[in-house]
Order: sequence, then structure tokens, then C-alpha cells
Amino acid sequence: MQEQKKPVVAMKGIVKEFPGVRALSGVDLELLPGEVHALVGENGAGKSTLIKILMGVYTKTAGEVYVNGEKQDVRSPLHAQSIGLGAVYQDVNLAQHLSVAENFFMGQLPRTRMGTVDYKRMYQETRETLDSIEVHVDPKALVKTLSVAQQEMVAIGKIMHQKARAVVFDEPTALLTADETEQLFRIIDKLKGDGVGIFYISHRMEEIFRICDRATILKDGSYVGTVRIQDIDEDRLIAMMVGRNVEDMYHIQHGQPGEVVLKAEHISRGKAFQDVSFEVRRGEIFGMFGLVGSGRTEIVRAIFGADVKDSGKVTFMGKAADHTRPEQGIRAGIALLPEDRRAQGLALGMSVADNTNMVAIDKISRWGVIDRKKGVQVAESYAKKLRTKTPTVFQKVKNLSGGNQQKVVISKWLAQDSELFIFDEPTVGVDVGAKLEIYKVFEELIKEGKTIIIISSYLPEVMGLADRMLVMYEGHPMGIIERDGFTDDNIMRYASGKSGKES
Amino acid sequence: MMNEQKTEKKGKDLLLVRFQTEILLVAILAVLFLFFGIKSPVFLKLDTLMKLLKQASIYGIIAIGMTFVITSSGIDLSVGSVVGLSGIVVSMCMVRGVPVLVSVLLALGASILVGVFNGALIHDAKVPPFIATMASMTIVRNVILLITGAKTISDLPQSFTAFASGSFLGIPNMFLAWLAIILLGIFITGRTVFGRNIYAYGSNKESARLSGINVRKTVYGVYIFSALVCAIAGILMAARLGNGVPTSGDGYELDAIAASVVGGASLDGGEGSVFGTVLGAMIMATLRQGGTLLGINSFIMEIIIGSLIAIAVVIDKMRKR
Repeated sequence: MQEQKKPVVAMKGIVKEFPGVRALSGVDLELLPGEVHALVGENGAGKSTLIKILMGVYTKTAGEVYVNGEKQDVRSPLHAQSIGLGAVYQDVNLAQHLSVAENFFMGQLPRTRMGTVDYKRMYQETRETLDSIEVHVDPKALVKTLSVAQQEMVAIGKIMHQKARAVVFDEPTALLTADETEQLFRIIDKLKGDGVGIFYISHRMEEIFRICDRATILKDGSYVGTVRIQDIDEDRLIAMMVGRNVEDMYHIQHGQPGEVVLKAEHISRGKAFQDVSFEVRRGEIFGMFGLVGSGRTEIVRAIFGADVKDSGKVTFMGKAADHTRPEQGIRAGIALLPEDRRAQGLALGMSVADNTNMVAIDKISRWGVIDRKKGVQVAESYAKKLRTKTPTVFQKVKNLSGGNQQKVVISKWLAQDSELFIFDEPTVGVDVGAKLEIYKVFEELIKEGKTIIIISSYLPEVMGLADRMLVMYEGHPMGIIERDGFTDDNIMRYASGKSGKES
Repeated sequence: MMNEQKTEKKGKDLLLVRFQTEILLVAILAVLFLFFGIKSPVFLKLDTLMKLLKQASIYGIIAIGMTFVITSSGIDLSVGSVVGLSGIVVSMCMVRGVPVLVSVLLALGASILVGVFNGALIHDAKVPPFIATMASMTIVRNVILLITGAKTISDLPQSFTAFASGSFLGIPNMFLAWLAIILLGIFITGRTVFGRNIYAYGSNKESARLSGINVRKTVYGVYIFSALVCAIAGILMAARLGNGVPTSGDGYELDAIAASVVGGASLDGGEGSVFGTVLGAMIMATLRQGGTLLGINSFIMEIIIGSLIAIAVVIDKMRKR
């Protein structure tokens, strides 16, 4: 770095043990003022654990934490806040039913001389902070009325308002559009200019290479090293993360598409999507791309039966498939792997075995009585097949990393012998190593003659994997693009509604 | 944090982790027995123990239904009213000359209706369980008071009341009834699809629905099961008292919730254990019985029980952190 700056945060020899698991074994981490420091590693490498220790969510087993040169024992998130630490998590933590300003001042509402809340001052200060980062949100607006992106910006504003000296961004762009991501980067730049130190956690390599100064790499809870971004390239960084070389992530063996398995004709549901028609062939990977709010998730939910469409016709494997309940979709042979696996895909407090057998429970039960031995066998065979990292299948799913949780979700649908697998954002919050393994699963599914629909807001992923893709814009289908027509420009023009067919 | 275990021996540790709540409760129960046994030799006599089991049986039965409900992330405040309802229905029928067996079936039927009503409000009308069952609690209790004119129904036939005071191989029938329901509860939660679905639904409603679990069946199922076991408890109670008492069961919901929660059930859903609940009920009954025997002020006993509930939950939360 340039001259000798005192680190804002220094963590030394951090060890964290959970019952039965050593999550971190002697990790060092240092953050300089005005630095954007990437924290990278596969899921389960210990990034979030490390951050949670810094933020006072977990207590460390051993090691030392220094903030602004002073040794600190961060006891709670509130304590972290009071010593100048802030964090923006993936799932933004704001009080949904309070206004933006009330969230800013939560726990320290200003008072008037009468002792009542000084709303005037609150609104004014909130406005000033938001203006300074060019976020145009009404301080009086209730948080629940804001979009996800706006909420995230508000969360950042709140941290700035609290004058944090070190800020953690945990997968901040996961739910943002390209424009919003640019705005976020401008804000990060401004924070940097103010001398704030920033930890940046992301699975998106191009972001790390664009905005970060240094990166610390973790693997399996151990410290691998800290590198300057300008001294390294993407392949070498990934190699450090996974401990091996990665050629082309998305390179998988594609099949020869067969007959039409799924046919949607003029389906619509409210404002979510209108007049969508497409066909998917056996053995194909069919991509669906569009920005958040484009209706892609809603379309597949309607096909599966999670939501009920208003009109149109769906045919699946030659039969009418106008499903109104998930059971119908499941019975027909459709698997939906929902976008938010923690909220929709898994019973986190239950074991790997229970989750694996949740859908195909009929296969291991008779007259409603479960054959537990068989259930364990089924779960073990899929855990082995997908290389799910878990001590035993009795482990609770919440103790697994994101990638392994996703493998459990996949197991549960493999156990059901589904024909069509709909993956909605299959690799959000999943590390590089597990991503590769999930793509491997795609390859095997196709080889077995199954069909895949993949939805992703991460363009390189859909482009790399799909044979064809349907691009959506605000509920309207803009067109279906063949693989040889996949270019960033082309797809983004469709996705932003600038070309393609108008409906 | 209570236990910082070593990393390696996973299999063994996992088993311990899975059963720690129960181990803790067994330990507490053992300590209580030792304490009361030393303080009062009468306590450990077979007679006293049988009386203890008999006493624990009524709300022990209710608590098992409650555990099902709580595990599904619900709550059932109507249990006490259902106990009262079934006791009154069975009594009114028998007094009017309906055969005992038919009267019992009618009482079970009436109670199941309450379970269906709860299920309909909660699943179909999306009323929060607390509110829905508070409503049915009030409605049912006052229906009872209305039809009986708040009067006790006495002179129940001997053939009916004999069951409650009887015993089989020296074990009180009341306890045998409880035992049967315990075994049924353990079987359902551990071995059946319905049981797994309760946990799945309680942990995550949306993932349960998207996994094709019949959510309606599950919700109706737990409230009907709860009402059914309460009906059994109510019938047993009428038999024991020899009367149909309109106010019987009043306030039982709190004891049942306490037993479940002490036994490791989480009001957030997804967690609950029949065996743990049994231990929770036993601990509370032991405290009450032992306290009475030693002549401890009953208010003090209730303060101790209240503290116990708080401590048990705090320890459990710490363990899971």
C-alpha cells in the first residue's frame, strides 16, 4: 500500500468452534482506511462466520480483534455499531413497518424540548444523508413499500448515518440490476474517499476485480493468503479459493434435444406476466432471463402450480397441465427449486435425510408409516452422488453451507424422479466449487434425458449454460434467442425492453 | 454456552445433541425425586407414586396434543374447553340413558368438531392460531355453561366411573391411558408421514407447500388430534370425579403449553418432542405433589414452577445458540 496507515480493523488468529465443527482455525484479516477489501472463498470457507464474529453476532473461541488499534471484545451487534462497525447483509435488516427515517434513528430517536420525538430533525438529517449518496427515497416512506434495491440503499444510508468507519457488504449486488449495481459502486467509491474501510463479499469475480484493492482468501476455515488485486488474475484467484485450476466454469456436455415436453400457450397472470408462449424440448437447458420484476419466477411458479395463472394453456408430456396446486405439478413430474432456498426450499431445522425425503415420501412409506432405514439409505445415496458435505445425513440442514444446502434441495427432487427440473437462481450465494458441482448435476440430468429450465439474473451463467433462452421484460416475453445469438448486447437489449417483439 | 465440544467424534456427539433436552429433564426429575424422597419418605412409596402418575395423566395427555400443535408452529388455547365439553357431553348422554360406549363416542365426536372448527379458522380463513383458538375456547366454554345452566351433572353410572379408579396389574388405568397416548404420539411423530409433515410445516410453511405436502391435512390434523386427546382427557376426568363439571379443564391450556415448552418444543415451530413433553409434565406434577406432601405453600410452589419454565427455556435457547 502507499504510506503506513493504521488498520481500521485487524483480526488475528481467529478461531471459532461450534459443537462438532471447527468453522475457523486461526484466520488473520486486516482492513485499512479507504480500502475495499474482498473476502473470498467457497461457501463454508468461513467468510460469514468471520464477519459475524466481527459484528458481534458470534463470540470467538480464540484470537484477537482490534478496531482502530484498540483491542475489542465485540459483544453484540449494538456494541459493534457503537465502535464504528456496520454491515449490509443480503437480506436487509430493516424494520419493515417503520419509515426510512425511523429506521435511521432506531434506538436513538431525537427528542424535542417537550420530550416528544423530533420528527422534523429526523426527516431532515435522513434526507441529507440520502442525498449525499444520491438515493432518492422519501424519508417518510414505510420501508415495506420500497423495492429491494431501495431498501438496500437505505440500509447503506443508515450505516453512513451512524458514521461507521468499517462497513461490511455481504453479497450486496445479488438482487440488484445493472444500473443499481453501478449506483452501489458509486456509493462505495464515495465511502472509500471518506476513508471508510470496506469489506466486500461477493461470488462475482468481475465485481471484485473492478472495485477491490486487496483480497483475503479463506478455504475450509483456514487463512490462505492476502493478495493485491492488481497483482493477480481471475483464474489464479479462483485457483486459490478452490485449491485447483478452473478452466471454463460453464463448460458442460449438452445433449441433443428431443421431443417437446413442455408447451406454454398464451399464459398470463395478473400484472406478473402476460401472453407468454414457449416450448421446451427433452434434454434441453432452457434459459429464462430478465431483470428482477420481469416475471420469470412467476411464470415457472404458475407452471409448477405454486401460483394459479389467469389464462392460457400448459401442456406437459402430452397432457394438459394447468396446475393449481404444487402437488399436481409434482405428480406430473415437475420439480421447482425455488429462488430463495432458505425461505422456500428447505426445512432448515430438519435433517438432511428428512429434507431429502420430503417430496418422495411415498417411496419410503406404506400406509403413512415411514421406513426410516430406507429413508436414511435414500438420503445417503444422494448425498454421496452429489458429494454433499455433511458429517451424517442426520445433520440439520441449517448447519450446512449454501452450496451444500442447494445440493440437498436437488436431492429431494432427484429422489422424486422428476422429469423437468426448474432451477430458479440455483447458484445465488453458492461458492465456485459448489457451483461447478451443481453444473455437473445439470450435465448428468441431461444425460439421463431430463429437461432443465434455468432462471438466473446472472447473465454469464444463463449464457454459458442454456441452449436457448426466453428473455422477459416487465412481464412481457421479448423473444427467444438461440445459443449462437447469445451476446451481452443482444440479450440486454431484449431484457431492457429496447428490442424484440412488443406485446 | 454450556458445552464446547471437541470436533472429532461426530456420531456420538450428534446423538447427545439430539437428546440433550431430554437428558437434562431426566436429570432434573431425578434431582426432584431425590430431594422429595429424602425430605419425606412417604414420597417414594408405591402408593404415592401411583397417585403422582394419575395426577400427571390428565394434563400429560393434553400436553401431547399441544406438542403436536406447537410443533406445527400453532397454539391451541381451546384445550381446556374441549376437556370440559367432552366431560359434559359424555355425562349428559349417560344420565339420559345412552349406553356408555355410545356416550363416549358422541363426546369424542363433539370434540373433533371443535378441532375441525379450529383447523378451518386457521387454515382456510387464515386466522392466527392464537386468536382462532381463543375464540373457540370462549365459545365452547360458554356453550357448556349455557346447556348445563352451569350445574354439575352427577350420578354417573358405576360402570363408567370404575375405569378411572381401576388399575391393571397394579398400574392405574389413568396412567395406562396416558401411556397409550404417549406411545401413539411417539409413533406418529417419529414414524409416520403425518408426523414428518408436522415438523416440515412447522419449520417452513412455504417449503412444505412447494414440496407437495398437503398443508390443509396437516393443519386440520394437528388441531383434530389435539381436540381428540383433550376429549379423552375430559372423559377420564369425568370418570374420576364421578361428575360432569362445566368448569372442568379451565386453565389447562397453560399447563399443557408449559409441559410442551419445558419439554423442548419451540413456539416458533418445527421443534417439539413427545418424550420431552412427558418429562415436562412429570416434572410439574412432581413439584406439585412433593410440595403438597411437604406442606409447602402452594403459591410458592407455583412461583417455583413459573421459574422452572423460564429457566428450562433459557437453558434450551443457550444450548441451541
